[in-house]
Amino acid sequence: MNLSVRYLGLDLPHPLIPGASPLADNLDSVRRLEDAGAAAIVLRSLFEEQILREQADAVQNAEIHEESFAEALTYFPTPQVFVFGPDEYLEHLRRVKVAVDIPVIASLNGATPGGWLNYPPMIAAAGADALELNLYRLAFDHYLTGKELENEAVEVVREVRRSVRIPLAVKLSPFYSSLAQFAGQLDRAGADGLVLFNRFYQPDIDPETLELNRSLHLSDHRELPLRLRWLGALSGQLRASLAVSGGVHSGRDAIKSIMAGAHAVQMVSVLLQHGPEHLGRILQEMKDWMEEFEWESLGPMRGNMSLERCPNPAAYERANYVQMLQSWRNR
Amino acid sequence: MPQARRIVVDGNEAAAAVAHRLSEVIAIYPITPSSTMGELADSWSAHGRPNLWGAVPHVMEMQSEGGAAGAVHGALIAGSLATTFTASQGLLLMIPNMYKIAGELTPFCMHVAARTIATHALSIFGDHSDVMACRATGFALLCSASVQEAQDMAAIAHMATLRSRIPFLHFFDGFRTSHEVAKIEELSDDDLRLLIDEAAIEAHRSRALTPDRPVLRGTAQNPDTFFQAREASNGFHAACAAFVSEAMSHFGALTGRSYDLFDYAGHPEAERVIVMMGSGAETAEETVEQLVARGEKVGLVKVRLFHPFKTSAFVAALPKSVRAIAVLDRTKEPGAVGDPLYLEILAALREAQDDGLTSFAEAPRVVGGRYGLSSKEFDPPMVMAVFANLAQTKPRNHFTVGITDDVTHTSLPWDLEFDLEPADVKRAVFYGLGADGTVGANKNSIKIIGEETDFFTQGYFVYDSKKSGATTVSHLRFGPRPIRSAYLIKQADFVACHQFEFVDKVDVLERAAPGGVFLLNSPYGPDEVWDRLPREMQEAILSKKLRFYVIDAYKVAKEADMGGRINTVMQVCFFALSGVLPREEAIAKIKGAIEKTYGKRGEVVVQRNFAAVDRTLANLHEVPEPTVMTAKRSRPPMVSSEAPDFVKRVTAVMMAGKGDLLPVSAFPPDGAWPMATSQWEKRNLAVEIPVWDQKVCIQCNQCALVCPHAAIRAKLYAPEALAGAPATFKSDDFRSKDMPGMKYTIQVAPEDCTGCTLCVQICPAKDKTNPRHKAIDMAPQRPLRDAERLNYAFFLDLPELDRAKLGSVDLKSSQFLQPLFEYSGACAGCGETPYIKVLTQLFGDRALIANATGCTSIYGANLPTTPYAVNREGRGPAWANSLFEDNAEFGLGMRLGVDAHRDHAIQTLGRLRGGIGDPLSGEILEAIQDTEAGIASQRERVRELKSRLKAMKGPEARRLETLADYLVRKSVWLVGGDGWAYDIGFGGLDHVLATNRNVNILVLDTEVYSNTGGQQSKATPLGASAKFAEAGKEIPKKDLGLLAMSYGHVYVARIAFGAKMAQTIQALQEAEAYPGPSLVIAYSHCIAHGYDMAQGVDQQKLAMSSGTWPLYRYDPRRVGRGEPPLHLDSPAPKTPLAEYMRNEGRFRVVEKADPVRFARLLKSAEKTMRQRYAVYQQLAGITVPLFDPKPPAEAPSPPAPENR
Repeated sequence: MNLSVRYLGLDLPHPLIPGASPLADNLDSVRRLEDAGAAAIVLRSLFEEQILREQADAVQNAEIHEESFAEALTYFPTPQVFVFGPDEYLEHLRRVKVAVDIPVIASLNGATPGGWLNYPPMIAAAGADALELNLYRLAFDHYLTGKELENEAVEVVREVRRSVRIPLAVKLSPFYSSLAQFAGQLDRAGADGLVLFNRFYQPDIDPETLELNRSLHLSDHRELPLRLRWLGALSGQLRASLAVSGGVHSGRDAIKSIMAGAHAVQMVSVLLQHGPEHLGRILQEMKDWMEEFEWESLGPMRGNMSLERCPNPAAYERANYVQMLQSWRNR
Repeated sequence: MPQARRIVVDGNEAAAAVAHRLSEVIAIYPITPSSTMGELADSWSAHGRPNLWGAVPHVMEMQSEGGAAGAVHGALIAGSLATTFTASQGLLLMIPNMYKIAGELTPFCMHVAARTIATHALSIFGDHSDVMACRATGFALLCSASVQEAQDMAAIAHMATLRSRIPFLHFFDGFRTSHEVAKIEELSDDDLRLLIDEAAIEAHRSRALTPDRPVLRGTAQNPDTFFQAREASNGFHAACAAFVSEAMSHFGALTGRSYDLFDYAGHPEAERVIVMMGSGAETAEETVEQLVARGEKVGLVKVRLFHPFKTSAFVAALPKSVRAIAVLDRTKEPGAVGDPLYLEILAALREAQDDGLTSFAEAPRVVGGRYGLSSKEFDPPMVMAVFANLAQTKPRNHFTVGITDDVTHTSLPWDLEFDLEPADVKRAVFYGLGADGTVGANKNSIKIIGEETDFFTQGYFVYDSKKSGATTVSHLRFGPRPIRSAYLIKQADFVACHQFEFVDKVDVLERAAPGGVFLLNSPYGPDEVWDRLPREMQEAILSKKLRFYVIDAYKVAKEADMGGRINTVMQVCFFALSGVLPREEAIAKIKGAIEKTYGKRGEVVVQRNFAAVDRTLANLHEVPEPTVMTAKRSRPPMVSSEAPDFVKRVTAVMMAGKGDLLPVSAFPPDGAWPMATSQWEKRNLAVEIPVWDQKVCIQCNQCALVCPHAAIRAKLYAPEALAGAPATFKSDDFRSKDMPGMKYTIQVAPEDCTGCTLCVQICPAKDKTNPRHKAIDMAPQRPLRDAERLNYAFFLDLPELDRAKLGSVDLKSSQFLQPLFEYSGACAGCGETPYIKVLTQLFGDRALIANATGCTSIYGANLPTTPYAVNREGRGPAWANSLFEDNAEFGLGMRLGVDAHRDHAIQTLGRLRGGIGDPLSGEILEAIQDTEAGIASQRERVRELKSRLKAMKGPEARRLETLADYLVRKSVWLVGGDGWAYDIGFGGLDHVLATNRNVNILVLDTEVYSNTGGQQSKATPLGASAKFAEAGKEIPKKDLGLLAMSYGHVYVARIAFGAKMAQTIQALQEAEAYPGPSLVIAYSHCIAHGYDMAQGVDQQKLAMSSGTWPLYRYDPRRVGRGEPPLHLDSPAPKTPLAEYMRNEGRFRVVEKADPVRFARLLKSAEKTMRQRYAVYQQLAGITVPLFDPKPPAEAPSPPAPENR
């Protein structure tokens, strides 16, 4: 049986990849993921926002008190060692590269062009086999049009593409008004792969304390259909390879994703719940299923249920959605 | 001779750079103004910078200067090359070891930034009183007068000590030299290699104490031999000066900078000569040069090597023509015939005369004078005054210069207006706030000009005494020759005022030279600004014909995302207007410097600074030449007309920055100072202040409790009191079943608030329909100022709550008690002061406070205004600071003194009982004073007692009259920081804990030496970066509480007001009520933790919930009740420790610098935290068996009754 895939130009023995998450934060769990058979590993994102804020805050919090009082002109050791940049991340990346033999995909979170675009070359130099760019921006600005927002994102991708030679994936949210068109733009801007989709911290309201809390719930398989729809819609339409992210909790979920058009399958929640070793079990489930249903390899399977090739393309479309609701109500 | 590299450094760095390269072991302890030397040495070693022999010096922070001296003594005796850095009280603590080191003829050089020793008051500033206290130790005392010399003499001292075996104390003036930034010629490693005698090092090593060639050191000798043995070293002391001379010659030949034991400057046939040492000699030399150019026969002898004093060299340095000599001392030795340098010179001249070494035409008259104590200005007019005195037929002796002594009339008059500064020196003065980055920008400019041009540069910076909203004045000079002017600029070509608020507060144009440039950061543009200035400023601009420029720097900074940092903007303006460098070149260099400073730390910061630079010039405008005065107002008076006389006459003058003008008679002779002066200094620091919405408020009083400055207060009063309230005064019904019909107000002190926002952060009451709006929101201060000023005055006049009617005090009711600690100069958002404030609310009217030196003593008592206040009866905390190291003992002494008075009063009352009568006498003696009501009743009885005593005759009645107040219970508090309690004062603290006296110890634990700039203490937590532990501390925090618990009889509590306020109030009250020693350790967030202090309360919560700061109370009284003495007040840790740590810069930098190391330290910190918590949990679960012995046949006498 041949489970090998080509994702971002990387030849992988199978499609299962731990997605960007705290799983890769320490070398122990990174090694466990490799031992469990992970085809590659995605590191947690380096956040543009966080770096910029921390740089500014670090200087602000230290400097604001300096040179004010005769007895203490400073309150911290000499500043040469304060490096609020990507160094910490790069160091971790280097260590992960040394620790494992599988491809390591770094992840960078940001949305607007700016100084942080210096980081991709550093990430490449630190040995990343690929870079996953996490485009996440909430369009709260009443004067920012969807087009402007998309153009900025495309520009970022183009810039990054120009600055590094390593493969580049772009992780998207589902909240674009014309996702297929946008995906095509990213593809042309040089993205080697698209990851569908981001999952976000969501606000939650505490009605007693009147506070907004941020929480990140683990995904479950109910989130998969949204991904399947868009994988299905994009499959076969782009140069870029596709990965699913969010909602894959079993070998069967992985198979569905491949059928919708995914080249790679990213998982996080299920591994956080059951441990890195669970990746091996899901791989085994895939193999068992393929054996049972007599699939030799994934190539022919990929996209067989895409919008282009599935027997009932209307099922991907809105009309069908309405019907389902009605049928549910009638029951 | 190759051209030496020119560098721009301060005196501390200049000396430390030599000492570090010539040492193997460095033992240090922070003390102003020498701390920087230790910090630099530690930092260099931490970054692997080697000494001259390729090894990285071992740097060790000790628990005190006494410890540092002991450590270097040990290192020296082990044959290594060692050094240390210190000042003032620190130097005093080293004296015992200095005698030993000298007695053992040990090559050793220490570097001292000479500082005033505390007498009637502490002073952090410079004079020679500390160095002069070391005269008898046997150390050589070598003085530097400038930054260049601080480097050069450091090398000469290290050279000479190795050859002579006499240890050296190399010193220079604290602040004036230690903190002056100047361009100097650097001594390279190669220079040092050529200077240092390797054979002498070998000889030192060969004398090392080693088991391979053992000798015995430190014998005890007896009357038969000690004396002779003590004289055996005479030859070494006698030979020392020659080694110094030789070292100086060698040094001069190598570097071209020649020095001698005594250097003469002036007319070759001078008749009047000043003898002095230190930075003042630079000023004197500059003045002498000008006077000689005018044909005056004056001169100066600069003393380099004070001890061992080489009489022949001194006499040789004096011109034969001298008729009158003034010896100037920068120290005071009360009771001596004269001050020490004067005495030395007198004795030397007399001996020289007797030995026929002199050939004066006639023996010169010698007078002594004192100048410059505590960095008092010493400038050319004062030098002129000394020469004028010498020109008298009978010059005044034992004079002072630089002050007006209208009491004992020692002072010489001097011409305040006289100016003698060289014409080719450019002078610039900048007025800024600490927080706006003015000083940093100026240091940067000096570096640019010093290192990139041929100009010599000098920068000196004056800071005020406050930690929040501090004013800074920068004095910068640039000139073609080395700058000798060791005094403040009086006539500046360029004056910049970086804060518009100053136009009404500070006379910034006082220092402007006619025709100069005045740059004002102003929200008003060039067409509008003129009319906004007060009369005095318009007058100065017109009369001095100043060229006047404005820029709205805050606007530019904001546009560049720089927040309130206007430093870069103002720096660009300076270069643009001063013309020191061509504009384009200057801007390129500023950008280069920005890149150098921030490049590594963050591109975003670089970009923002660049944006600020690029936007500046377009916003810099010349104000069209004003011609007429249009001002409608004068600068407002410093203090309100209602202020007491002393505040108006003395305090206000100091506040205006003109304290130098106050005469001796203005001051109490013993340093005792009036209370409650901070109320008169309306600093108006806050841009925004809290505004109370009574409709949303739930009346919890937490805002008042957390306020570090007592600037938001709660009051409870009867509705009648509202009569005459200002129109905008807010009030609400007090919601309480126990006190129906009362009114309640939360009021802000608008001009005293620092705008820290802690009150808003803690406020739990939200408007339900708009939860962003709380019961307290911040709003711009300016529009509110006038109305709220009236409201606050009305609020203060409302009656205070009757303490006697208060039952038990809890969080809420504690805030109805009047704070007797208000508007201190502590940092905005300070984590310490809320504890002190609540302490004064609970016990202030009967508390004595012994306060260790540190932040608490500085914001507690740094003049001009001080925060400890009194209530309407005139009672308040009686506060005193002795030293850093002795505070526990000092406080215990207070307790002993108070107890002695009390016992004496009880005895006397007993004897006079018949005359006084009962039941009053009996009631007084048996009074229970464990509640506010009990105390109030006793006060009433004592009042009655005093009135009865008045009618009685005899000495005992008189004595009891003065002692009677001690029959009311007093509360003694020993307050200080962790540097005191964990380190330097721990021995004393431990001893006090081991007594059974009723003292209460409050440790405000910021986990670093905050006052001296964030050096690690034994309270610093594992994993935190601090000075002296740059890479993150490896060792866990000392568990002071557990150590105290081990005694069994000590009440111990660990508190954090931001985590659990109620527990804080409870613990403080229990500690106070406990009849033996109590120790309360209080978590105090601090700017040295590296995050926004507005988050302080949240961090305290995390400190508790992560387990790093568990709350507990250990009460020995519970043992007798069969209960576990330890009670844990915080739940088991549930927040990951990393979450707490990653919020603070002190931990984050460790992670950023070395993630692997941080991960290891985090793991270790977690482990320690869990282990400690487990120990507490176990302790909290166990009772202590009583093992009460069977009562002996005859019961022992009961302990002395605790009069309570």
